[in-house]
Amino acid sequence: MFVEFLWVLLLGSLLGLELIGKVPPTLHTPLMSGANAISGITVLAALTAIIKAGDNTVLLLLGSVSLGFALFNVIGGFLVTDRMLAMFSRKPARKENR
Amino acid sequence: MSDLLKYAIELVAVLLLALGIKGLSKVRSARGANQLAAVAMGLAVLGLLINYLGTSGISIAAWTWIIAGTLVGGVLGAITAQRVPMTSMPETVALFNGCGGMSSLLVALAAALYPAALDAAGPVAVVSIVVSVFVGAITFTGSIVAMAKLQGWLSTPAWMQSKARHAVNIALAVASLVGAVEMLRNADSSTGLWLLVVASGLLGIGVTLPIGGADMPVVISLLNSYSGVAAAAAGFVVGSQLLIVAGAMVGAAGLILTQVMCNGMNRSLVSVLFGGALGATTAAGGGGGEYTNITSCSVEECALTLEAAERVVIVPGYGLAVAQAQHTLREVTRVLESAGIDVAYAIHPVAGRMPGHMNVLLAEADVPYEQLQEMDQINPEFPATDVVLVLGANDVVNPQAKNDPNSPLYGMPVLDVQDARTVFVVKRGMSAGYSGIKNDLFELANTSMLFGDAKKVLGDLLVELKDLGLGKK
Repeated sequence: MFVEFLWVLLLGSLLGLELIGKVPPTLHTPLMSGANAISGITVLAALTAIIKAGDNTVLLLLGSVSLGFALFNVIGGFLVTDRMLAMFSRKPARKENR
Repeated sequence: MSDLLKYAIELVAVLLLALGIKGLSKVRSARGANQLAAVAMGLAVLGLLINYLGTSGISIAAWTWIIAGTLVGGVLGAITAQRVPMTSMPETVALFNGCGGMSSLLVALAAALYPAALDAAGPVAVVSIVVSVFVGAITFTGSIVAMAKLQGWLSTPAWMQSKARHAVNIALAVASLVGAVEMLRNADSSTGLWLLVVASGLLGIGVTLPIGGADMPVVISLLNSYSGVAAAAAGFVVGSQLLIVAGAMVGAAGLILTQVMCNGMNRSLVSVLFGGALGATTAAGGGGGEYTNITSCSVEECALTLEAAERVVIVPGYGLAVAQAQHTLREVTRVLESAGIDVAYAIHPVAGRMPGHMNVLLAEADVPYEQLQEMDQINPEFPATDVVLVLGANDVVNPQAKNDPNSPLYGMPVLDVQDARTVFVVKRGMSAGYSGIKNDLFELANTSMLFGDAKKVLGDLLVELKDLGLGKK
């Protein structure tokens, strides 16, 4: 199981290195913000902790706070990235209307 | 059967996340890619819930806590994302990022305190917990310090600029290591765990606090990469392959982005992390020097020169972002364009408060995307340019970077604005840029300084231009 996880880690890292080769400077800020939202994928860990907590209140509480933090990151991150990118994409559309 | 469904959903989610990151690096596909990644995230959560519903089931208590956490985090996140001004984007990313780190930290903490409930016993689990706590805590405190510094809530205390900080940070790192070893040696005691939490949290502060404001974007990008690592470690703790892949992808991609940003600023990652503020060392050791031969001029003269120009290039910088003058700038360029003057914006890769930030700000002010020109495109065009208007930029237009091999800036890519016929530099005063290095451009014969806040100067300029009869249809 552990070795399997290490493989997953290795391949995931290589994929990440490969995905971003050339990024125009325009997109550095949105890319950082978008990748940041993805790192909030710890929602999965938080959910697991809550579901497996049983009737352990401390564990439920820890999991729930963790979920809150992660979702703050995910929802906020995706929305703010979308706000930024919307500004880039709306320009040509408006010009055609003129 | 349920297993098959679980794997299928996870596989699709990973694929979509990878496509999302990939698409985010191209202008045309970026917005869709971001939405794709959001869908992938939703799918991953859905897959996890379906999987548990089909196996162990989810208790009412668990649902209650899930909904509570979701509502609080989701609503706060949505509100923050809507309300925050575009100029404070670096702080916002830092804040979100810190919260991601905190989330990993809390899950690892839960697993360390109740290993039986989360099947997190044994050395492998403990090592994963250690990594998740360590990286998560550094990400959290580091990001919060970065945010506070960018907001101007915090400044670096004097002792933090000295070499003593290295000793303190090394001591904190050692303390974290001692805590980790204690956790491995004695699984029943939580002393080691708390030592690790406190020491690594303080280490995050100690490492981030001495870094100058200009280097902060690099740090945020690096911390973003860390939060990916923390997520991957949390994946090991709870046994989720999806979490490991996604965390590893963000970690690796964040590292590349950090490197790209460092290249744009001609800084090595090592010097950003351990060099402290650049100005603190270089200004004292020469490279500074007094200005002689400065020509300053009035807004009227600038307006007259602009009126006679055929081609004008605007170089926006950090000062423009701070003064929030992008909308006034857009008004000025509208007036110029209506008089038939050709206007372009020269965007240095690190213009603004972080790379790419200036593009976002100008887009917000309705500047057409085609007018934004990257450095390599516009540099050959400066000799054919009549007027360059430098707004709150400094180091990125310093000719020393090309001419003076002894300058600390030497080798940094800069905009060759001195090749234009006339250069106006709008600046608040004669203070140095964030590198603390004298700017030779200011002393050149074709350069005139316009002192004042960018927004005010542009406002006055707009009035003058209109007095000259420009901008009337």
